[in-house]
Amino acid sequence: MTVLEGLARGARGVAWFVKGVMGEDAYDKYLAHHTATHPGVPPMTAKQFWRDRTDRQDANPGARCC
Amino acid sequence: MSDRSGTPRAELTEDPDLPPTAVPDDVREAEERRWPPTKIAVWAAIALLGGVAWSVLALSRGETINAIWFVFAAVCTYLIAYRFYSKLIERKLVKPDDRRATPAEYKADGKDFAVTDRRVLYGHHFAAIAGAGPLVGPVLAAQMGYLPGTIWIVVGVVLAGAVQDYLVLFFSMRRGGRSLGQMARDELGVVGGWAAVIATLTIMVIIVAILALVVVNALAESPWGVFSVAMTIPIALFMGVYLRFLRPGKVTEVSVIGFVLLILAIIGGGVVAETEWGVALFTIDRVPLAIGVIVYGFIAAVLPVWLLLAPRDYLSTFMKIGTIVMLAVAIVIVRPEIAGPAVTQFAVEGTGPVVAGTLFPFLFVTIACGALSGFHALISSGTTPKLVEKERQTRFIGYGGMLMESFVAIMALVAALSIDRGIYYAMNASAAVTGGTIEGAAAFVNGLGLTGVNLTPEQLAQTAENVGEESIVSRTGGAPALAVGLAQIMQGLVGGPGMMSFWYHFAIMFEALFILTAVDAGTRVARFMLQDSVSNFVPRFRDTSWRTGSYIATAIMVGAWGAVLVMGVTDPLGGINTLFPLFGIANQLLAAIALAVCLAIAAKRGLFSWLWIIALPLAFAAVITIYASFLKIFSPVPAVGYFAQHAAFRDALAAGETSFGTAASVEAMQAVVRNTMIQGILSILFVSLAIIVIVTAVISVIRSYRRGSDESSEDAFVPSRRYAPAGLVPTKAERELEQQWADVPDDSRVRSGH
Repeated sequence: MTVLEGLARGARGVAWFVKGVMGEDAYDKYLAHHTATHPGVPPMTAKQFWRDRTDRQDANPGARCC
Repeated sequence: MSDRSGTPRAELTEDPDLPPTAVPDDVREAEERRWPPTKIAVWAAIALLGGVAWSVLALSRGETINAIWFVFAAVCTYLIAYRFYSKLIERKLVKPDDRRATPAEYKADGKDFAVTDRRVLYGHHFAAIAGAGPLVGPVLAAQMGYLPGTIWIVVGVVLAGAVQDYLVLFFSMRRGGRSLGQMARDELGVVGGWAAVIATLTIMVIIVAILALVVVNALAESPWGVFSVAMTIPIALFMGVYLRFLRPGKVTEVSVIGFVLLILAIIGGGVVAETEWGVALFTIDRVPLAIGVIVYGFIAAVLPVWLLLAPRDYLSTFMKIGTIVMLAVAIVIVRPEIAGPAVTQFAVEGTGPVVAGTLFPFLFVTIACGALSGFHALISSGTTPKLVEKERQTRFIGYGGMLMESFVAIMALVAALSIDRGIYYAMNASAAVTGGTIEGAAAFVNGLGLTGVNLTPEQLAQTAENVGEESIVSRTGGAPALAVGLAQIMQGLVGGPGMMSFWYHFAIMFEALFILTAVDAGTRVARFMLQDSVSNFVPRFRDTSWRTGSYIATAIMVGAWGAVLVMGVTDPLGGINTLFPLFGIANQLLAAIALAVCLAIAAKRGLFSWLWIIALPLAFAAVITIYASFLKIFSPVPAVGYFAQHAAFRDALAAGETSFGTAASVEAMQAVVRNTMIQGILSILFVSLAIIVIVTAVISVIRSYRRGSDESSEDAFVPSRRYAPAGLVPTKAERELEQQWADVPDDSRVRSGH
């Protein structure tokens, strides 16, 4: 079953990479940061976080290249 | 050795409870200096293969060349440059220190500043720097032959483009992710700083305008293209609503849904373009289409980000990485044959129908992105430096990321070269010379006197039918020619000739998607830059949430690029022919500004014996752009010089003529008179600003030389509390250190309080 295991590992790797590049792990990263630095303060919920994220982009869009 | 920036010795500040945060210098150097026979053999093989590939490209006098040699030549050169030249830059000029925390670590907020895995950040950075630029420029430059473009793309990236991206990324990271404009102000003083800001702003306007011109040219009179690109707007709106209200954070899921909808939009476009109402509704002329893009640009830039820009971004990132991987695979598998001379007569005589001007300097401004792109300095000093995990990773992300963009440019060049040369010229020559008809185009192309080219009107009609368009004559701008090339390569891999029209519109769609995202984001960024500058005089503009102020600033920016766009679409000379050099000049001037800032910073670090690494590309970019601007301003040849053209048309009007050259009416002649004056003034403005920035940088370098080094503009040293390898594949020592860190609990990596 090593071939299958290898394939599964490869697929997980691709999924991890795509999600990372797309920024899907942003909330997990925020949560990890928040719990580590502000213990006891309730973090934003996922919905609040994603809203906050795009709202901050409104004020700081960042260039995309040509 | 005392630290230049006067920071405490790192050993004293490192946490004794943690493993080391860097591979010790002696261990790392010993590892780099070890050359076992297998390693020597591998590098010798790479060098040999690269050498053979370049020899084939340079010396081949056969009928055709296989595209695979372009891939080998480029990839082998990239590998050698990455391993040896970027390492030299790292060692002598950059001097990263992994014991030092990056802004992502010491300014961590879990949002803008967040440690990101180097491989993910590489993808992220690449997606941010690569767009339509590296796809379009090489297509237009293909008229000079396959060799000049290939050499410039590969050598240019190694010595200039990747150097700029790497250095700007590193220097900005050492300054907490400061922007290029702020760094220019810090390093060059008030005059240089202001010149850099104004130059950046105007350059942005030009770049957005010409990108928009490429889209308008690709979509004009193409009901299929207009339908499928227009559909991206409701698709993006749907994705935005989905992410906001239905499933927040499901970014990959919504991108997959969006991608499927895009494919359906392309297929649907084919069906709609067959119907009578579809043709009536979606066949739009260049001028109304340009006005549509301008109105879209304004609305898109004032809508909230979540509704349009964010989903569009997801979609274009998804498409970008997918398509580029797909194209690379296709080129390697299909291996198209490339016909045509290494260097054409147009490169020497400067009479090319695609873009006017001789090889020197116009090749180097026609291909900007892919070899050297100043615009990247805005990305390398924007998002990316705030996400880097360890200082040593900047080489992989900055230098390596740009090598990948260069490879995209090589693929675009290969795609453009793989189409029939007659068809290539018929597509890229302006309607003023082809008359816009297949007969006129065939007569024009056959009259160019190209050996081995014999174009028939039937060939043009057949190609148009294959790609599902009414006509492919005079579809200037590079995007349609690239789409034909890409469709030809892709149909060899998937679907056969019957799929050509799908692949053509797929290519048009993704180029339009990148460009519209860049237009939207560019307008927003320019608006903030404008508000920031104006707020020095009218403080109220500093408040970016002030609705009226943001509408005014957005309207000014859209008006500015919109005016240039309208100038392009109404230009009787075809727009791209005269305006594209301005795009390249603007982009290279921005690169010169970024390199000038890097030069001043490196001089402040006291690294005078290695300044040539920056001075070399800076001098080249300065010579190219100043010389190209000089020709655009002073050349007596009307096709090249803006004012010569201006004078020729003005005199013709004064003489009472009603048609002149390519302009068939008095209005068209007046348009040329007006446009050339504006383009000429823009050229003067750009070149003056760039000269101011370069001169202030040189003054700063001389001052640093007299006074000795002073690195006060860097953020203070903060010891790092984490470790990660530098490159894609960790070395043995890096793996061992990574292993030690694997046992460290996550919370001891976080610094207390912030």
